[in-house]
Amino acid sequence: MKVLIQFVKDGLATTLHGNRAYHVWMGLLTLVMLVGGYAYYIQVRDGLQVTNMSDRISWGLYISNFTFLVGVAAAAVMLVLPTYVLHKTDFKRAVLIGEGMAVSALLMCLAFVVADMGGPANLWHMIPGIGVFNWPNSMLTWDVIVLNGYLLINITVPFYILIRHYQGKEAKKSVYVPGVLISVFWAVGIHLVTAFLYAGLVSRPFWNSALLGPRFLASAFAAGPALMILVLASIRKFTNFSIDNGALKKLALITTVAAQINLIMLGSELFKEFYAPTHHSLSAQYLFMGLDGKNALVPWIWTAISLNVLATAVLTFNRLRNNMKWIGFSCFLLFVAVWIEKGMGLIVPGFIPGPWGKVMEYSPSWIEIAVTLGIWAMGCFIFTVLAKTAIKIEMGDLRFKKEST
Amino acid sequence: MPDLINLLKKRLGMETEPEVPSDAGCGSGSCGCKPQAPKDSFDQVFDKKLSRRGALKGITAGLLAGTGLAQTSCSVSASSEALDEKQLKWDEYFKGNYKLMTDEEKKGTVERLERLYELRNKDRIEVSSKNAAENVLFGYAFNISKCRGYMDCVNACVEENNQDRSSQMQYIRIHEHKNGQINFENSEDNFFHEVPAEGHFYMGTQCFHCENPPCVEVCPVQATWKEDDGIVVVDYDWCVGCRYCMAACPYDGRRFNWGSPEIPREELNKKQHYLGNRPRKQGVMEKCTFCVQRTRDGKNPACVEACPTGARIFGNILDPESDIRWVLENKKVFRLKEDLGTEPKFWYFMD
Repeated sequence: MKVLIQFVKDGLATTLHGNRAYHVWMGLLTLVMLVGGYAYYIQVRDGLQVTNMSDRISWGLYISNFTFLVGVAAAAVMLVLPTYVLHKTDFKRAVLIGEGMAVSALLMCLAFVVADMGGPANLWHMIPGIGVFNWPNSMLTWDVIVLNGYLLINITVPFYILIRHYQGKEAKKSVYVPGVLISVFWAVGIHLVTAFLYAGLVSRPFWNSALLGPRFLASAFAAGPALMILVLASIRKFTNFSIDNGALKKLALITTVAAQINLIMLGSELFKEFYAPTHHSLSAQYLFMGLDGKNALVPWIWTAISLNVLATAVLTFNRLRNNMKWIGFSCFLLFVAVWIEKGMGLIVPGFIPGPWGKVMEYSPSWIEIAVTLGIWAMGCFIFTVLAKTAIKIEMGDLRFKKEST
Repeated sequence: MPDLINLLKKRLGMETEPEVPSDAGCGSGSCGCKPQAPKDSFDQVFDKKLSRRGALKGITAGLLAGTGLAQTSCSVSASSEALDEKQLKWDEYFKGNYKLMTDEEKKGTVERLERLYELRNKDRIEVSSKNAAENVLFGYAFNISKCRGYMDCVNACVEENNQDRSSQMQYIRIHEHKNGQINFENSEDNFFHEVPAEGHFYMGTQCFHCENPPCVEVCPVQATWKEDDGIVVVDYDWCVGCRYCMAACPYDGRRFNWGSPEIPREELNKKQHYLGNRPRKQGVMEKCTFCVQRTRDGKNPACVEACPTGARIFGNILDPESDIRWVLENKKVFRLKEDLGTEPKFWYFMD
């Protein structure tokens, strides 16, 4: 108990101290969060009419970001397996960071879902026991279970490891390896369940496809590790925490294979929609070519595809994949590409055309953009706090002292 | 008409067999749903023996006593009304899901709603909690030959059902098709010209009250369900506003309150039903209820009554003498998007 209190105290002290750049970074994030908070206040006060969503396009930027971030959360943990189970120790330092990323991504997911609710005050209706939880019929209840379960696992495993290290002890394998194993399977689960959330809707042919789940996985295992590489590279730059190139290159290999599979699936999807188009292909037509003169998403999706192809091509060449500069460059491209593709590029066309063929367009309002940026800032903030504490413990700077100072 | 016969069989079977799941998927085996004694809502858990209302009253009174001490300047009579309103609001916030309420609990919430309205507006409304009658299954038929696009149904619906005037919410959409095709992609549902337009015909859509409604399946909190008389309803106070049902509906049958609904005081329809036209609030889903406040009293829905051409026919499809039954038996009827397996109870036919 004493250890725990001291752990929290030391953790807080760590997060409150840093160099100038750190304070500027955290201050900036706080500012963005405050702006987002104010925008959310307006949304709660006036209702979702302050967004640009409507009865015709009833999910927008929030659900898009939610969907994308589920992928990030799932992918971050795929690093865990090789480290703890296959004894590839070069990953070990990256793993805690990955789990921190998963936790932040999950909290962002939950925040986006809450931001999308019309009646957030009624969310207690969902708590089993005092509310009514429509399980197993509603895929949304499955998603609630898997996301919260995943969050729990990803908080407890690193917490256990860190608190052992904090006391200068070795973490016991028998305790955390089962947790690690569950989390890996769970990571696939959160992604498939989220895909099924959409794929189960017969009313939306654009989503109602067996390929949706697998494509979710492929793009997530491209974007997630890509983000990891970028984050690890910047941690290496700004702190003394050393991560060897080998780990980053292994990550790049995972990214490459996933991105290649993702492209194959994209090709298969495009073939099915455009070789013999039916009226179920209208959403894809809207997305890729525009429909009835409406084409707001066309430039976005083609940007995404170009970035995707370019990044995958770069990563495919061994020589370029072994060059850190090229890796960073293509990972950035991939991340942006998948954000477009698995965000707005997936959610919005599902509603276009509407059930009776109505073609309406959607672009987010400033409130939606402000809330979204605020939630991203919150995620970065949480991640920075988690990573900073973890790094300090792992480097041995932060240790429990019997005589509390 | 195998569909109809199956439907009827299914329904009639329900009267004799003790447990046929009325909302598909639930109740089939071990899915954790207990229809006999619903226990999974705040009401059901904390009510009964402990007398939830008594307990909550105690808590509220305690809270209010606290605030009362802080604000000693309150006059006694005003504070008693305010206290009453606060307590009602408190009870309303913590009530359970209407679907799982006993008849007594339903009465309780309806009384609270009436009292709340009275306290706020010094005026009375009448809210019903009438349940579905036995041997009733409502169905609807739409005569394409007769509809001329006058939109009287749409207006009557808005007035009857207290829909938000500020966003011009409408449950019914009238689609104007070009002669020679029923193709919704090429038709317009938002037209401003004289009707009937040359070379066009009209088709109305609204909630089709499917026997197998996808919207009900996806709701995470069971805030929407199918009643025993086949009407798909929403508990506006239980809905969390996630809009998953809206994405799941293939017929564009659902509407969301993006803002706080506005109805001019003098236009408010005061004869209401808990599941029907009682005023909604910001951030919840709503939809056509076949005018449950009228039809459970033996009347026709407002759209049927308002239609000047007689294109709309409504009734109990289990009653062999009903008009709707006559249409189903004697006309060549069809339904929309039948391939999705939703089994709408809304048929189209031509003269």
